[in-house]
Formats: sequence, C-alpha cells, structure tokens
Amino acid sequence: MSSSLGNQIGQLARRSVLRTLRQPAQIVPALVFPLFLLAVNTGGLKDATSLPGFPTDSYLTFILAVPFIQGALFSVMNSGTDLARDIETGFLNRLALTPLRGAALLSGLLAGAFVLGVIQAIVYLAVGLIAGAELAAGPAGALVLLLLSVTITVAFGTIGLFAALRFGSGEAVQGLFPVFFVFLFLSAMTLPLDLLTTDWFHTIASVNPVTYLLEAIRSLLIEGWNLGDLALGFGIAAAIGTLGMLAAGSALKTRLVRT
Amino acid sequence: MTTDTQRSGGIEAESLVREFKNGPRAVDGISLEVPQGEIYGFLGPNGAGKSTTVLMLTTLLPPTAGTARVGGYDVVEQGPQVRAAIGAALQEAALDPLLTGREHMRLQTALHGLGKAERESRGNELLKRVGLDYAADRKVGGYSGGMKRRLDLALALAHRPRILFLDEPTTGLDIQSRTALWEEVARLAAEDGVTVFLTTQYLEEADALANRVGIIDHGRLVAEGTPAELKAEIGRPTVEAVPREEGDRERMTAVLGRFGQGSGSSPRGVAVRLDGGESQLAEVVRALDSEGIAIERLQLHAPSLDDVFLAKTGRSLEGAGEAEPADAEPEAAAPA
Repeated sequence: MSSSLGNQIGQLARRSVLRTLRQPAQIVPALVFPLFLLAVNTGGLKDATSLPGFPTDSYLTFILAVPFIQGALFSVMNSGTDLARDIETGFLNRLALTPLRGAALLSGLLAGAFVLGVIQAIVYLAVGLIAGAELAAGPAGALVLLLLSVTITVAFGTIGLFAALRFGSGEAVQGLFPVFFVFLFLSAMTLPLDLLTTDWFHTIASVNPVTYLLEAIRSLLIEGWNLGDLALGFGIAAAIGTLGMLAAGSALKTRLVRT
Repeated sequence: MTTDTQRSGGIEAESLVREFKNGPRAVDGISLEVPQGEIYGFLGPNGAGKSTTVLMLTTLLPPTAGTARVGGYDVVEQGPQVRAAIGAALQEAALDPLLTGREHMRLQTALHGLGKAERESRGNELLKRVGLDYAADRKVGGYSGGMKRRLDLALALAHRPRILFLDEPTTGLDIQSRTALWEEVARLAAEDGVTVFLTTQYLEEADALANRVGIIDHGRLVAEGTPAELKAEIGRPTVEAVPREEGDRERMTAVLGRFGQGSGSSPRGVAVRLDGGESQLAEVVRALDSEGIAIERLQLHAPSLDDVFLAKTGRSLEGAGEAEPADAEPEAAAPA
C-alpha cells in the first residue's frame, strides 16, 4: 500500500501551509522588516533620483523591488528552520518510516514558502502602490510580479532546505541569514548598476545574481515590459531553485540513510 | 516468495553490529529471534545500544555487519517492505506541536496510502482507542507527555502493522499513563497478534509486560529468557540489612559475608545473595545479634531482573547508563 507522489506532495504541502499560517512569528517579521527598510530607504535616499541617468523620478518605485528580495530571504530561514526542527525532533524519522518519496518531502515543504511568498508580494505591492509607487506594466504586470516574487521566494526556500539537511540544526540555518543579506547589500539595491561608480562594488554587483532579480522586478515597476530583464530574472530564480533542489535532494539522501 | 518469518511476522537478527566513527561499537554482535505475537522486552541502561538496535531493525540505520529480517524481509535489501510491515514509536514522541492530533492521523494514514474514507475512520478509531478523541482537534503542543506518547502509539498503528517497535515508550510518564500504555500494548499482542519489540530501562516494565526479555549491556546481549527463567537462573534471594549505627557497617559486611556473595545494591546497608536461600534468614539474624550489631532494617528480596543484570554484568541497572552515541558519524556508508 503506497500513496501517489501527488498525494504525498499534497499532504506535506497542507502541513507546511498550516505550519506557516499558525506561526505569526514567521509571517510578521517577513512583512514588517522589509517594509520598515522600504520606508527608511525611501526617506533617506530620495535625492538619488536627481543623479543623471537615474531611471525614475520616484525613488519609492525604484526601491520597492528590494522588499520582494528581502522577503524572499526570509523563506531561507523559515523553510530551513522548519525542516531542521523536524530533524531535531525526530519527525523526519517518522516520515522516513512511511513510503514517503524524497521529492514529495522537499516539494511539500516548499508549499509554506509559496504561500508566504504570495502573502508577501501582495502586501508589498499594495503598500507600495498606496504610498505612491508606480507600476508601469499595469494590472497584468502585477500578476507577473506576483509570479516572479513567488518564484524567487520558493527558489530561496530550497537553499534553506539544503542548509537544514546539511547541518541538521535550526541555529545553523539561522546563522546563514546574515550571510544572505550580504548578497543583497552587495547588489544594485540602492542604485542602478550603471550608477555604481566604485569599481570593486560595481564588479561584485554585476556578478551578483541578486542584482538581476532586482532589475527584473524593477523593469515591471519602472519600464513596463522588458522581456530581456524578465527572462534573466526568471532564469536566475529557476537556476537557484534547481540547484537548491538538487543540493537538498543530495543532502536528504545523506541525512536519510534508510535502507 | 513468502517465507516462514513473513507469515509469522517475527524478527530475526544474526550477529548485528553497528560501529560509529569516533565512538564505540554501539551494537556488538546481537543475535535474537522474536516470534509473532510476542512482546520482547529489550532491557538495558542508557547507552547500552537499545535505540541503535531499533534503528537498524526499523531500517533507519544500516548495520555495519550482520543480518536481520523483520516480518520476513531483509532490513538492508528490502527496506520498503520492512517499513510497510512495521510501526514504530521511537524515543521521544516525534510530533509536530503545531498540528492537531487529528491532523497527525490524517497525514500518517495518507502517507501510508489509505483511501480518503478509510483515513478518517481509521484515525478516529485509533484516537478513540488511545483515549484522545476528546483532544483530537487540539494542537499537540498543548498535550501532556502521556497524551503525546499515546498519540505516538496511535500513529505507529495507522497502517495496521504486524510488528511494532516501541523505543522507551513510557520514559518520563506518570504511573497512570504508563499503566494505560502497558494495557494497550498487551492488548495489541494478545488480541491482534502484533509482535512488539519494546526497549526499556525500567525493570518493572519488562517484568510486567514482556513475554521474554533480552538484557543488553555495552552493545552485547548478556542474557535472554522469560522474566521467570532469568530470575530462576539467579535463584537465590538477597538479604539487605541496614545497621542502626553507621559505624557498624563494616562489621555487618563481615558477618553477612559468611552467608553469601555481596550484591552491592544497598546504599546505606549491606546486601548479600544468600547461598542457602531464604531459610538462612534466621541464622543471619542470630549472627548479627551475637555480634551485638543493632539492626535498623532487614529485608529479604526475591530475585529481580536487576539481580539478573547485576549477576551478568557486575553492575546494577539503576544508574548504570551513559549517553548513547546518537550523534556519532556512521563509519560505513549506507548500503545501496
């Protein structure tokens, strides 16, 4: 007697979503912290729009891309600590004693990140638009922005799963959080890539994938439809997600030595 | 092909070994056989190798050497078939504090492939059987230790396994919860023919529940038999005397030493296993009296499983444990 892969994913996804929705401590910081930084950055850096070549008159519109990435970074921690807790409490062993497939476990666990990603994207966009940001791509662009944001969130979630399976400890996963924030700060977060004049910073930002995730989101907010930027953003998110899943799958095999 | 052990739903292990990197040989050549419907008590202190043995028999840890068949299936070569045949409640109830009891049952029954209608009925039946139907819709984070253990047992039974592994199921439970769990385990074996492999560090648990007991120490099986057989092997009762004056303890040791071998299990007094059995008790009292040693307390103990453990290992089971090397790295890679 064995359940189908779809059923297994569905059951674990249901658990993951329930867990996420029952932990306000996972949802609230992922909403409040990026919005707080949005307010600080908008207030402090608004004069940057007067720089020659700055792509918009509204710094709020420019910086609104950042909360989507910051929020996605929270999914590294949330999905990772959830799985690490399952390892620490022995719940993973309980699951391992069922006919559960590894792919179902990983996919199901990302469902919580997916739901959190949807909530975050809707809230960030709504707050941004209410505060006066523009969305050049219009209503259809909002849907694409939602899809891109969720894709990035889930992709980052796979890194959390890998870290949990590799280290087996919630503390270790949480320790990664600041490291990922460094990636954000070393990207074209506060200024467009072309306006980063410091050589070393420009070099790092130009090879930092986070820059292109930000630019894909910004293209919808500022330009409208820039298919090149969007393709690059979706492509990088998909690549991160694929690599993350492969690494997590490998770590799961090591972690679960069931015969 | 259906083998005898598949039909019998039993457990067989032959020279089972588990070595850890940077650690001792946690299980060192254990051989045992548990027929269908038997409750087998695996008794030993912390760190003796009980949990490691269970992890190997439940396919969660590959053995370094040796073989084992559970329900007729090889634990290394036929892991999925073994897992389908067994239920397990491992050490520490592994539950999700954010889910309700009913949600746990739904997840477990669904992952085991039960149909939607059967999931609900099986879940309700088991929750009722373990006395948790009233708390089924409460989050497990608010359950007591006993409730968690009972839910753990219900989850282990979700897919009607023929063999049940319970790893220290009553550790930390109060007497009432412990007794309730014992009754359910005994019922499962007697009425449903479920084979139960129960690890415990509680002597009374093994004594009350197990048809046969295996005593494990430092990864080795040092004794095996029914509790009655094991006690009969020891045969002689122990007399324990506590002197009224602490200073008389040495003289009391000398006097009692004439009647048998010291058992070392009395913290304030002297305990000796009587060579001549309980009929020597009167002589013991007379000897102490003639030496002028005043007695505060004198007790005659029938042989217990602790005496068996003491006789086999030279140590008392109480306080004999040390942490099992659960975090040690496996020395060998998992077999394919």
